[in-house]
Amino acid sequence: MPTFEYAPAPESRAVVDLQPSYGLFIGGEFVDPVDGTSMKTVNPATEEVLSEVAVGGAADVDRAVKAARRAYERTWSRMPAAERGKYLFRIARILQERGRELAVLESLDNGKPIRESRDVDVPLAAAHFFYHAGWADKLAWAGLHGAALGPDGVPLPLGVAGQVIPWNFPLLMLAWKVAPALATGNTVVLKPAETTPLTALLFADICRQADLPPGVVNIVTGAGATGAALVGHPDVDKVAFTGSTAVGREIARTVAGSRKKLTLELGGKAANIVFDDAAIDETVEGIVDGIFFNQGHVCCAGSRLLVQETIAEEVVGRLQQRMAQLRVGDPLDKNTDVGAVNSAEQLQRITDLAAVGDAEGAQRWTAPCPLPENGFWFSPTLFTNVSPAHTIARDEIFGPVLSVMTFRTPSEAVTKANTTPYGLSAGIWTEKGSRILWMADRLRAGVVWANTFNRFDPTSPFGGYKESGYGREGGRHGLAAYVKEA
Amino acid sequence: MTATTPALTDRVRDVLGSTTLDDASLRRWLHGLPGVDEVGAHGRAAMLGTRSVKTTSKAWALDLAVSMVDLTTLEGADSFGTVRSLCAKARVPDADDPACPKVAAVCVYNDLVPVAVEALAGSGVKVAAVTTAFPSGRASLPVKLADTRDAVQAGADEIDMVIDRGAFLSGRYLKVFEEIVAVREVCDEAVALHGRRAHLKVILETGELSTYDNVRRASWLAMLAGGDFIKTSTGKVSPAATLPVTLVMLEAVRDWAALTGEIIGVKPAGGIRTAKDAIKHLVLVHETAGERWLDPDLFRFGASSLLNDLLLQRRRMRTGVYASADRLTLAT
Repeated sequence: MPTFEYAPAPESRAVVDLQPSYGLFIGGEFVDPVDGTSMKTVNPATEEVLSEVAVGGAADVDRAVKAARRAYERTWSRMPAAERGKYLFRIARILQERGRELAVLESLDNGKPIRESRDVDVPLAAAHFFYHAGWADKLAWAGLHGAALGPDGVPLPLGVAGQVIPWNFPLLMLAWKVAPALATGNTVVLKPAETTPLTALLFADICRQADLPPGVVNIVTGAGATGAALVGHPDVDKVAFTGSTAVGREIARTVAGSRKKLTLELGGKAANIVFDDAAIDETVEGIVDGIFFNQGHVCCAGSRLLVQETIAEEVVGRLQQRMAQLRVGDPLDKNTDVGAVNSAEQLQRITDLAAVGDAEGAQRWTAPCPLPENGFWFSPTLFTNVSPAHTIARDEIFGPVLSVMTFRTPSEAVTKANTTPYGLSAGIWTEKGSRILWMADRLRAGVVWANTFNRFDPTSPFGGYKESGYGREGGRHGLAAYVKEA
Repeated sequence: MTATTPALTDRVRDVLGSTTLDDASLRRWLHGLPGVDEVGAHGRAAMLGTRSVKTTSKAWALDLAVSMVDLTTLEGADSFGTVRSLCAKARVPDADDPACPKVAAVCVYNDLVPVAVEALAGSGVKVAAVTTAFPSGRASLPVKLADTRDAVQAGADEIDMVIDRGAFLSGRYLKVFEEIVAVREVCDEAVALHGRRAHLKVILETGELSTYDNVRRASWLAMLAGGDFIKTSTGKVSPAATLPVTLVMLEAVRDWAALTGEIIGVKPAGGIRTAKDAIKHLVLVHETAGERWLDPDLFRFGASSLLNDLLLQRRRMRTGVYASADRLTLAT
């Protein structure tokens, strides 16, 4: 019996120049925080401490907002739009040039496989900057109806944007936030997630390399309190947040009654709906991609699988076969499919929710993938015998756990898919085009994928219904979130 | 029922769930197979193409790939001399390295089978012959069978036949089926002559089938009719073997094995020229059909220039430097 064991193929860490500690990036330079505290960021695959990162307090946030305001008034809003576009193009190109460095650093800090950081996160981040660079001097033609226009007919920027991003796609979420803000003429203060600050700090270096005027992009690392200080700062004109629905609610309360414009991209519990005429092999791949991509740390993950009863058994059988092949392990190995869970806290949450699944009577199946000893790991898991009333069918797990349910008719599928407080995304798998359109019309989700899943493109608006948030990012809709309303 | 052997008749009845065998029943069955989503199939093949196969696993894969090569020459200009030369290369692919495995087979036109059989006697390298009015297949069945019989009588171990793509594309599935069955029967005549069957590889000519749905249906039709191998292409039509096509065919043999217990081989042919391409195919085999198929009896590469690239890479693994191609022997 021959064996085809892929020899370890680790991407080299040597390409990353990690500093022992990092300050805050304010006004174009790295500065120490005013109150001087710091936190450690660890590699979730090994629990090794990677670096110490400053924790920004209220005074630091204030400093950063002032720097952003100054840059907005003195430089960025006065600059010809074509010049702004040049900076964005330059950043996009540097993101590509330093792609390997960014990918390795992202995998180190986040735990995601290098294949994903290399083939998805970094190229998409660059694509967002390229896309928005193109818009910078064409905003008058972006069809932003209802925008306040300057004397030249160009939609006006808002001013200073305070942006708070999550740990699941650290660099990519930065790009989603920073690129449209800058293209429309705003300056930003960005707070990266507590557990994944490193690529944002490398991005700060890229801003300097691109000669971006000081203060246009400011990066204040820290935890929840730092984010709250930023969101609550009176001189912030726009708040953009991606993260949990609980924090999103708090932010909405903070911002309520102020002049601040707000966009929220929150949680999800997407239905991935499989009809019995689906292209079965590609569907199984799509289900796997939908829930195990990025360890399931994806707000739009296809975490509820709805399968037509006629093929449920076959789909689950094929899915288990496929899941058994997933390569879980060293995120830096080029052949790894599923990496480490981002933090001990998140691992605990996934473990607890899965235990609730057991307790409520769902049937757990775990892929027989060997796991490393150190670090935070959770085997790809699927639950069958799940009822829509079960916790694992309602709550966002944000991990590699799939809940499988069945349906009999298209309208039943729609009802089940829509019965959730969320509404970020959905997937439809069928070879019948008319059914795709019929379903897409009825699904209350911001993105509906047909015969694919977790596909992203800067030209395509992304955002949620209901408790998944409001506002759109990407495309022309995304630009609208960063310009003044008339 | 036109299938002649009772075993085949029973199998067809079991698989189709039908007592009649005609275009309509075959159509119902083949068109009832799940479709193939082109974008998804391309995506899966591209993802598997990113697998990094290095050091020990690369050395292992290169040796396996050499042992899976059907070293092929299918030119009007082929002579006794070129075929003997090809056979010498097949026996000893790398004259400087006795540890180098032999290739699986030499593949020639049927009139050159006697030359190849003589040149490969005792080597363990098989002789494969393309027949059935290769590459177009545009001839009457008696001509196709006579073509095949020539090769079988001359001692070919393996027959590479082409399906009637015109019939397939116009829905005359029974004609395609019956031709494969008839050729298979001629292959079985080898038992009386040589004490063993000739293995039948069925060439689908996927470049002419145009859609992956058709590739899947043709794969299942060929397996139903008794092919031992399904093969992508003649090498005379472009595109020939591509990763997504091989992927769809590997899914077909995997599912056929699950349904019937029979293990059918796959042979991508044409267009695979580099070791890197070959290793990507092996990754596809490994992660689609499974380990069982990583065997020269169940997976082959129809190729000519591929062999020397595999040998160059083998040398580099041993010596750490790339040798000049001039150090390798020519195939023909």
